[in-house]
Amino acid sequence: MRINGVVLMLALLLAGCDQPAPEDKGFAGMGDQAQSYTPVVPGRVFSFPADHGAHDGFRIEWWYITANLKDQQGNDFGVQWTLFRSALKPVAEQGGWGNQTIWLGHAAVTSRTVHHAAERYARGGVGQAGVRLAPFEAWIDDWMFASQAQDPLSEMQLSARDKQFSYQLRLTSSRPLVLQGDKGFSQKSEEGQASYYYSQPFFQASGTLQIDGQTYTVSGPAWLDREWSSQPLTANQTGWDWFSLHLDSGEHVMLYRMRQKDGAPYVTGTWIAADGQIQTLRSEQISLVPQDTAKVADRSMPVKWTIRIPDKHLDIAVDALNRNAWMDLRIPYWEGPVHISGSHPGQGYLEMTGY
Amino acid sequence: MLEVRDVFKSYATPQGLLPVLQGVDLTLGAGGSLALMGESGSGKSTLLHLIAGLDKVDSGSIRSGKHRLESMNEAQLANWRRTEIGLVFQQFNLIGSLRVEDNLAFQARLAGRHDSRWQAHLVQRLGLGDLLTRYPEQLSGGQQQRVALGRALASQPKLLLADEPTGSLDEATSDDVLRLLLELLDDTPTTLLMVTHSQRVAARLAQRVVLSNGRLA
Amino acid sequence: MRVWRQTLRALLSHWRRHPVQFFSVLTGLWLATSLLTGVEALNSQARDSYARASQMIGGEPQASLSTPNGALFPQRWFIELRREGWPVSPVLQGRLTLKGHEDQRVQLMGIEPVSLPADSAVAGQAMAIERIVEFFTPPGNTWISPETLRLLGLREGDTPPTVGGHRLPPLLVQKDMAPGLLLVDIGVAQALLEQPEQLSRLLLPKEFHQALPASFKDRLQLKSSGEENNLARLTESFHLNLDALGFLSFVVGLFIVHAAIGLALEQRRGLLRTLRACGVSARMLVACLVVELGVLALIGGLFGVISGYWLASVLLPDVAASLRGLYGAEVAGQLRLSPVWWFSGIGLSLLGALLAGANSLLRAARLPLLAVADPQAWHQQYTRWLRRQGWLATGLLVIALAALIWGNSLSSGFVLMAGLLLGAALALPVLLSALLTPLLGRSRSVLGQWFLADCRQQLPALSLALMALLLALAANIGAGSMTAGFRQTFNDWLGQRLSAELYINPTNPAQAREMHRWLKQQPNVTAVLPNWEVSVTLQGWPADVFGIIDHPHYRQHWPLLDNSGGDPWGKLATDDAVMLSEQLARRLKLKAGDHLSIATPNGTWSPRIVGIYADYGNPKGHVLISSDHLLRGWPQLTPNRFNLRIDPAQIPALLTALQTRFELDDSRIIDQARLKGWSVQVFERTFAATAALNSLTLAVAGVALFISLLTQSQSRLGQLAPLWALGVTRKQLMLLNLGQTWLLAVLTLLLALPLGIALAWCLDAVINVQAFGWRLPLRVFPLQLLQLMGLALLATLLASAWPLYSLYRTQPADLLRTFAHED
Repeated sequence: MRINGVVLMLALLLAGCDQPAPEDKGFAGMGDQAQSYTPVVPGRVFSFPADHGAHDGFRIEWWYITANLKDQQGNDFGVQWTLFRSALKPVAEQGGWGNQTIWLGHAAVTSRTVHHAAERYARGGVGQAGVRLAPFEAWIDDWMFASQAQDPLSEMQLSARDKQFSYQLRLTSSRPLVLQGDKGFSQKSEEGQASYYYSQPFFQASGTLQIDGQTYTVSGPAWLDREWSSQPLTANQTGWDWFSLHLDSGEHVMLYRMRQKDGAPYVTGTWIAADGQIQTLRSEQISLVPQDTAKVADRSMPVKWTIRIPDKHLDIAVDALNRNAWMDLRIPYWEGPVHISGSHPGQGYLEMTGY
Repeated sequence: MLEVRDVFKSYATPQGLLPVLQGVDLTLGAGGSLALMGESGSGKSTLLHLIAGLDKVDSGSIRSGKHRLESMNEAQLANWRRTEIGLVFQQFNLIGSLRVEDNLAFQARLAGRHDSRWQAHLVQRLGLGDLLTRYPEQLSGGQQQRVALGRALASQPKLLLADEPTGSLDEATSDDVLRLLLELLDDTPTTLLMVTHSQRVAARLAQRVVLSNGRLA
Repeated sequence: MRVWRQTLRALLSHWRRHPVQFFSVLTGLWLATSLLTGVEALNSQARDSYARASQMIGGEPQASLSTPNGALFPQRWFIELRREGWPVSPVLQGRLTLKGHEDQRVQLMGIEPVSLPADSAVAGQAMAIERIVEFFTPPGNTWISPETLRLLGLREGDTPPTVGGHRLPPLLVQKDMAPGLLLVDIGVAQALLEQPEQLSRLLLPKEFHQALPASFKDRLQLKSSGEENNLARLTESFHLNLDALGFLSFVVGLFIVHAAIGLALEQRRGLLRTLRACGVSARMLVACLVVELGVLALIGGLFGVISGYWLASVLLPDVAASLRGLYGAEVAGQLRLSPVWWFSGIGLSLLGALLAGANSLLRAARLPLLAVADPQAWHQQYTRWLRRQGWLATGLLVIALAALIWGNSLSSGFVLMAGLLLGAALALPVLLSALLTPLLGRSRSVLGQWFLADCRQQLPALSLALMALLLALAANIGAGSMTAGFRQTFNDWLGQRLSAELYINPTNPAQAREMHRWLKQQPNVTAVLPNWEVSVTLQGWPADVFGIIDHPHYRQHWPLLDNSGGDPWGKLATDDAVMLSEQLARRLKLKAGDHLSIATPNGTWSPRIVGIYADYGNPKGHVLISSDHLLRGWPQLTPNRFNLRIDPAQIPALLTALQTRFELDDSRIIDQARLKGWSVQVFERTFAATAALNSLTLAVAGVALFISLLTQSQSRLGQLAPLWALGVTRKQLMLLNLGQTWLLAVLTLLLALPLGIALAWCLDAVINVQAFGWRLPLRVFPLQLLQLMGLALLATLLASAWPLYSLYRTQPADLLRTFAHED
């Protein structure tokens, strides 16, 4: 579940042309009415490789990769690469400038001391950005996430470039995909807001990373999230805190907390065993508590958390690698790599929006 | 030589018609000299202006020989002033743009009666010999009045009209100018009519009349 | 405070008794400010339009990529560059004709708001996200400036049809849009202009510096930000000319103020003394006078800016037409002025009043408490005054001479003109006096003598008005001769240069090749002269390089101003040689025989200059080279124009054949007469505003003379009354007076003739060269001069009519008052 701040912008676009004022639409306007977009309903059967591509009729969709990397000296780095697709109208993709899709790319690199973020915008239909199957490629300008092999996600190339940084990574995995929630139907609120959501948390990444002119040879685990929806938030949800954790024990955990204007947050998650077996975690099974805040971009951000899942004997402290992992883009949010200490040491990514 | 009969003159003022002369009679023989006296506002200058043809009477007549001023048009009055009259004002009224020499000859030449011998004589008598190339502004009051006298006499007028000619001058200068005027008049047939309020000046002239309440006393 | 009030009241009572003076001061200030602020309004309007045009995309002029010859290119290149990491954004621009507005020129610009560089502002503002989506989501928007909307008589929300049968998206007014421009989404523009998947430019962020990918090296060329925004630079001289005219009027207006204020001070000398004697300090007196002057300046300034605004709005269409014709610059037809303009106009008036009244204030401050007889007679003062004028004039003329000898810029050209004009103006009384004095000695008649002597005495009082007349007339003669000379030169040149009967522009490269083949097969066409064109930048100056074939036609019809000797056309065809337009040669400081460096995609080429030709009216540089050389440098070019020699009788038949064969619209075929007519029309409108301003300057001078005569008619009475008393009739006096004014005016006019011709020479040989890059032969048009003289005499007559009439109406009683010391 990665509903990102950028999507706010896309949703605002809709509000701008369809409705008078985007008020009370929750964070990123994603609590907006879905109108005639395709609704997300339980029981959909996923089909690959078709579901790696874009889904006509849905309002928003994304291809989201994060990687926790180390160079030969053992220095930690984080890398993020995202392509968003936002349909301005619930219609099928068409060629030419009449296309009603906007594509957005976000890329970032984080070290203990440095965080650089960049964004790209493009209209669909003319080839500046898009997603293609066979061979699979998701791209915007010269950023891309492209398949190097027959099996779409077994061997990928990931690259992005901006003024202060660039990276070229090779991502490999032989493990099956993980369908989140109920066979890929991922609920976001008690009222039933939901998205289709699958992940590949088992990627191994290696390659090179340039930050401010310095080149590092890096490797480490990476995580792909794929999600599409038409109305993933309720009107009173203001933002979220989202965790994707690689535990050294081989297990993976995905957790999120949707904050509400009124009442308790909606908390849920997935426990992914080392063999890929998944278990959905309910709210009462999870304890998610902010421990420490830091002043970032004039906001108070909870950059240190404790997480307890008693059923799994998990009791960990999650701490940001670089507290200033602020995505200072048109719609800003916090996203960066985290360290895990406690019962299950490891690493992961944290995303916090709506602060 | 000059006959003023039953002259009436009034001026329009914001307060209504202001009668200035109310039946003035005056006779002046050729070669004579007359002092016209009276208080301020008694109409002395008005009478002088009427005689000079600078203004016209409301009624009555002003005659001199064959000239009848009351029936003259503007051009004839200008001709009268040019050829028959010499005028001397209290403020001298010289022509600033012309040198003394040209000021002296101005009226004589206008009247077509320029006589360089006569002018030379006047220059000598008036003691203007050193001042001929100067401009009026460069002269003292007495000097300016002497130039004005010279200008008036240079055209050899029948009648010299002087309006307080010594009014702007100090006593000594005034006596000096007056003496010169009377001496020069002795050499010419010119008749003098002088407006003055000074008893001392009036005493030097042959006749004296006083104007009061618009009439001659 | 009480003293203040009483003093001011006493001072102000003067104006109630002398309303003419009061209005003179106001009129002077009014005229001075109105013309200058009017001109300033025009200039700022134009500059605002350029700024808006350059801000169309981007807060600052951006860099862009385009094809070397300006032709359209496929949209695919945009995608290819983006995928190479180039942050380009596509633009398609073209001319669009709306149905029912066939005579209006509108530019259609298609942009892609999403990929615009991040620092871009569209039409002066950063585009909000909602606006972006609204902009490209059907039905979309057509952004239009309020002026253009009004000009087209359309309303917001309208969807006007084009002549091609398409409809524009609903119009949306944007106040910062450049005038004459319609902004739509790129996809809409491609449809409206019928150029699917075609682009004219790619925008780049201004800070982006990187070499073009190898595959694009000879397909696209980078234009950096400075080159894109040439309008301000190209039009600079045009605006400078307007400024100069405005400033001239300002000076003339201040002459009036100076004269009227000086007179008022003279007449209030007694009053000032009395006030001082009553215990008002000199400082307070001057302060009161300054306040009085300030109030007058405020009133005059207010009237000035109001009428300046009006003037500017009246002249704006002509100025806009000039700028469009000369530079292709669109200027909004509706004035939009900032509060700064209004305040600066009034500030200008205050400054001017202070400047014009400084002398009087200084004299008031130094006024001795007791009246002492002026020790210096008028003629001594007069001599001193003349000497001072003479020295000042000499100094200014020396400066002018220095500027002529050593100057080499437009500003030195203006120094030369200003020095010449002001020097001549200051010398005017000296010259007039020098003319009158010998005449005075020779005059036999007594009235004649007075006439001349009095004339001379009036000089100081009238000299400012006469100077104004001299300046205005000389400026008129100068500008008139220059304009008429230019017109004639331009017409002769057009006649020679536009010698082909037909000019045809092919639609695209493929058509160009086919058309070339086809035209060569036509038996009726006596000669086909293809032109290849490429835009380059030569040492920072934009220039168009034209490739031509070797043909005797050019030898006959392309006159050269200068050549390197021998057979220049032969050399052009065979050697490494070029020919340059005069203005480009001057700009680059090159002459025939020198070498010129031209950057081509295949390296720098340094041919020799074998000829220089006139290219009037073209702000860009013009270069001729042989087509072989051009195609070696830019191999992918195709002819963009064919000039045809053909028997005029055969034209209709050829046109029919052309139309059926190639489907060309009318705008692509131009015959000689139409082109000539269009050029001449551009020229005429260019000078329309200048001509109007010129006549206004003359009118201001007329007013100056009128006011001088009027103000001095009062004091004249004292000078005229003694003459009247001595027997000069009033009619005579009036005629003498008229004669004096006319004598002075005619002498001034005669002196204005050589001055005006000298000025015309300055404009032709100095200002034109510096401002536009071409030198014109000096031509004098006697008929035009006579006409101007007649006009000036009429102005004099009108100016002297009222004061004379009032003199004529003077009653003997008024004259008598001069002599009165009682009653």
